[in-house]
Amino acid sequence: MSDKVNLRIDNIAVSVEEGTTILEAARKVNIRIPTLCHHEDLCVAGNCRVCMVEQKGSDRLLPSCAMPVSEGMEIQTNSLKVRSARKQIIELLVSEHRADCTRCYKNGKCELQELASEYIIGENGFIDLVPLKVLTIDNFSPSIIKDDSKCIRCQRCVRTCDQLQNIGALTVAYKGKDMKISSFYEKPMYEVVCTNCGQCVNRCPTGALTEKTYLEQVWSAINHEKKHVVVQTAPAVRIALGEALGMPAGEIVTGKMVSALRRLGFDSVLDTDFTADLTIIEEGNELLQRLKKVLVDGDKSVKIPMTTSCSPGWVKFIEHTFPEYLDNVSTAKSPQQMFGSLAKTYYAKKIEVEADDIVSVSVMPCTAKKYEADRPEMRSSGYKDVDFVLTTRELALMIKQAGIDFASLPEDEYDSFMGESSGAAVIFGATGGVMEAALRTAYEVVTGREVPFDDLNITPVRGMEEIKEAAVKIENPLPEWSFLDGVELKTCVAHGLSNAKKVMEAVKEGKVDYHFIEIMACPGGCLGGGGQPIPTSPAIREKRSQAIYREDSMKPIRKSHENPEVLQIYEEFLKKPLGEKSHELLHTHYTERNRY
Amino acid sequence: MTKKQLQRLDLIFKNEHDIEEILTKTFSKSNEEIINDLISSGLKGRGGAGFPTGLKWKLASEEETDSKYIICNADEGEPGTFKDREILSRVPHKVLAGMAVCARLIGARQGYIYLRGEYVFLRPQLLEVINEFHQLLDKIGLDFRVEIFLGSGAYICGEESALFESMEGKRGEPRNKPPFPTQQGYKSKPTVINNVETLAHTYSIFKYGADKFKDLGVQDSRGSKVFSVSGDTPIPGIYELEFGMSLQKFVDDFADGDAKAVQVGGASGFCVPRKKFEKTVIGYQGKLRGTSLPTGGSMMIFNSSRSMYNVLHNYLDFFVEESCGQCTPCRVGTQQLLLGIEAVKKGDQPSSYLDKLMELAEAMRITAKCGLGQSVANSFSSIVENFKEEMIY
Amino acid sequence: MTEVKQLVQDLADQFGRSQESLLPILQGIVTKEQHISEDAMIEVARELNISAAHVYGTATFYSFLNTKPLGKYVIRVCKTITCMMHGKNQIIKELEAVLKVNLGETTHDGKFTLLETNCLGQCHKGPAMLINDTPYTELTPDKVREIIMMYRDKELRVN
Repeated sequence: MSDKVNLRIDNIAVSVEEGTTILEAARKVNIRIPTLCHHEDLCVAGNCRVCMVEQKGSDRLLPSCAMPVSEGMEIQTNSLKVRSARKQIIELLVSEHRADCTRCYKNGKCELQELASEYIIGENGFIDLVPLKVLTIDNFSPSIIKDDSKCIRCQRCVRTCDQLQNIGALTVAYKGKDMKISSFYEKPMYEVVCTNCGQCVNRCPTGALTEKTYLEQVWSAINHEKKHVVVQTAPAVRIALGEALGMPAGEIVTGKMVSALRRLGFDSVLDTDFTADLTIIEEGNELLQRLKKVLVDGDKSVKIPMTTSCSPGWVKFIEHTFPEYLDNVSTAKSPQQMFGSLAKTYYAKKIEVEADDIVSVSVMPCTAKKYEADRPEMRSSGYKDVDFVLTTRELALMIKQAGIDFASLPEDEYDSFMGESSGAAVIFGATGGVMEAALRTAYEVVTGREVPFDDLNITPVRGMEEIKEAAVKIENPLPEWSFLDGVELKTCVAHGLSNAKKVMEAVKEGKVDYHFIEIMACPGGCLGGGGQPIPTSPAIREKRSQAIYREDSMKPIRKSHENPEVLQIYEEFLKKPLGEKSHELLHTHYTERNRY
Repeated sequence: MTKKQLQRLDLIFKNEHDIEEILTKTFSKSNEEIINDLISSGLKGRGGAGFPTGLKWKLASEEETDSKYIICNADEGEPGTFKDREILSRVPHKVLAGMAVCARLIGARQGYIYLRGEYVFLRPQLLEVINEFHQLLDKIGLDFRVEIFLGSGAYICGEESALFESMEGKRGEPRNKPPFPTQQGYKSKPTVINNVETLAHTYSIFKYGADKFKDLGVQDSRGSKVFSVSGDTPIPGIYELEFGMSLQKFVDDFADGDAKAVQVGGASGFCVPRKKFEKTVIGYQGKLRGTSLPTGGSMMIFNSSRSMYNVLHNYLDFFVEESCGQCTPCRVGTQQLLLGIEAVKKGDQPSSYLDKLMELAEAMRITAKCGLGQSVANSFSSIVENFKEEMIY
Repeated sequence: MTEVKQLVQDLADQFGRSQESLLPILQGIVTKEQHISEDAMIEVARELNISAAHVYGTATFYSFLNTKPLGKYVIRVCKTITCMMHGKNQIIKELEAVLKVNLGETTHDGKFTLLETNCLGQCHKGPAMLINDTPYTELTPDKVREIIMMYRDKELRVN
């Protein structure tokens, strides 16, 4: 155990572990030092200089986020010297920021705005630098808008893209006055390796990186007399939406959310969880079929390990970075897209509405889903399968706009059909959830018995560990699966694209022999998605994760293959997993992309 | 403090061909002895920051790790400074000898000379000297090699941690400190990074002893210093002078008789007006005096025909471009200072705006991440304070 | 294999494929091609297994690692204070007249690019300039004209 270091902050005695920063020590005694470039998910940058504090006996101020404590330090976080310097730094940042706050998408949610208001940045600021520069707005991407005139160069986005996700789509370019956040050769985000994961959007303190919003389009559709607007909600939205509406992290708000969606005027309020269950059936069967082809038929064209395909950030990542492994990605569409193609075919027929009149909206914890819905492959219904994708944040905004007091809403139930789901579908929202859901089903399909874990909780694949491995030994399978007798099904779960890269490199180097890999682009899985409420931090992800598993444990049905609506859709429409209709509507293919 | 008579010296550039003898003699000493010699000589870094060299080597020698580095900082970019170029072209073997002693002392097997891109023309002759030097090392049995790493036109890479970043294939952005280079420098390994001139001085200390070196200069500022003299002078060039002289004496010897100000320490140094020549002493900042100036050895002389507004404008233009851009006070502050003096000069802002800019410069000094941003205030404040009337419309 | 791909591969063979080799490789490309093209950067990123954006971000940081095409001879005139004091502007005017370009431009034949740069470390001999790697000091308009003539002659002899 390391020694404790004793210091005083604003005259309050603090004793902390060696290596603690002044900022962390101050938080321990509930002193808030303002920060901008600091983010709990990211390495220390120390470049905004907002968090400067004064150390007794030292002429220069210290960056509290980067400076470790030392014995006997006497720190002042609010001396006149600190206040004056801090205010000037905020003024400087405002001077290079297009401060048209009332017209900004982040108005009221901007960290710079908050600080500027706290420090009363008045009329006598510095010269406005924005008109003197050529600053562009990149809005070519269906997911993300990058507005350089709002950027304060804190580099949170660059560190997110580089370290958290290891994509490197964003970089710092040029130096001095020309220094800016840029993609390769300043190309639009749409053309580069950006996976649209939106982790940068989630971390941008200002309006420099935002999701492209489709609120108005959705409002028009809702108010269109002829249109039947179908909405689906992803598993991770129900455990995070409350945060954006004034509730604490970790609240399950499924019922209130359904109420709110009805109040907003959506005609059918349905659940992506339904197609999550369907995904498990399709993907699980695909895995078993692949195993059979590899292990029994020796078919070299079939690739193992198979990876999941529900995270569109991950899919675009592998298309750019490991295109030689595209055949390893499950061809099953993501739950959102399965839902989309069924909404305009099967569901339209069922409710007797022309597909042409259906507007399909999804609410996702994700910005990459906007891109996914826009992919040319995603039109198997003959229309754009999902018309508009909203993030959790956008839904919260709609609810606010409609004047709904979310907290006081009654709990409501999803519509049927395509509103029923199992606990296995809910956990899609957490890292390891797809794996757990798949194993609950696949094991039972193969052996006829429940997966041998206490209360179906496959704990080895749960939790925030970066890369998790689990092996399930198959014994006494049903005769049809006898080739799997004694086979140890090796699985791997990774979340965050930097971990995905590690896993894929291990696969490439032949260091691992997994059968099935689950990868989610975002840290923590969808619950930590780029479209989730801001802020997202390790502690908040943990709370959302607990909520997800709580929701699973409360569900009467815990296994995808027991979802009655899923059984019904196979009987009525799809006939069998991986069947002809499935291939037409529920599966897709991938494209190799450039590596910049 | 006594003001010494200005004494021109010829230690550094004296062409001595006894490297082998000096290295053999030095290697016969223990590490403690060498460190004690360096510490007692009072040698401080000649790049401008003035960290005690002996202490730096000692700290690096105490780190326990598999690999360490010694880097010679030849990224001389400070406006008005050209001494390192001269040292590397005339007595590079002295620099290499200093590196070799340091390498053996701290346990480094690899050394680099980070040569600024503007000096690439020196590379061929330098490589020849290095080759010869490697043969000498083989002869005396020291497992040590020196390579040249070429910069590519970025002033900030002279900042030691930015230099490491640059060598690691990144943008030259200064790091947070701690950790310091002697703990985690190049490739996160303990690294001694010394200015060219500093290393050349260590050779003199090894050869003539610490006492001889210490005899030169004044309290806190020991030894001699190579000065780059430019501007309004009939005799621009490189001069080795003893520390501790008054600026008046310097001006008497070097200026054209009409000196109005001297910029000491380059664009990031201080501007001293005529009325303060007499009481300004050139040396490192000591505890007792506010009059001495830290200096990397750049002395730019301005006569009365010069507009100090133009001088400041030129400096600020330089900083606006050469700031790495990562920290707010430096990136935005430099732009605001430049635009601010332009606005006052044009009459777009009242002269009282200069007070706001002075406050800004002070804020930059106490909040910027590295020496670049911190020292912009030096020239800004000293010029605006002393030549305010030239700044106003 | 394209020429640039070959060049990058050769440089990577020479300097190694760790990230520490990035600057030497980029410098090697500039020596050969005067600038680092988009294709060259993609190749460097591939060889060193780093992001292409990182290569771009690093290259644009350094004033000598040009990302836009420049002439065969890049003239960099020092604009820092003492060169300024000793007539840098006159030198620029002369160069603009001789080369028939404005500052920042490249001659029509693609031979010369005229740029300004920060301190060249020749302050005692200002005004100073670099033509590619070679410094020229104590410049006067006459001297500048002669230097350019010399380069033009050299070019004529090459062709």
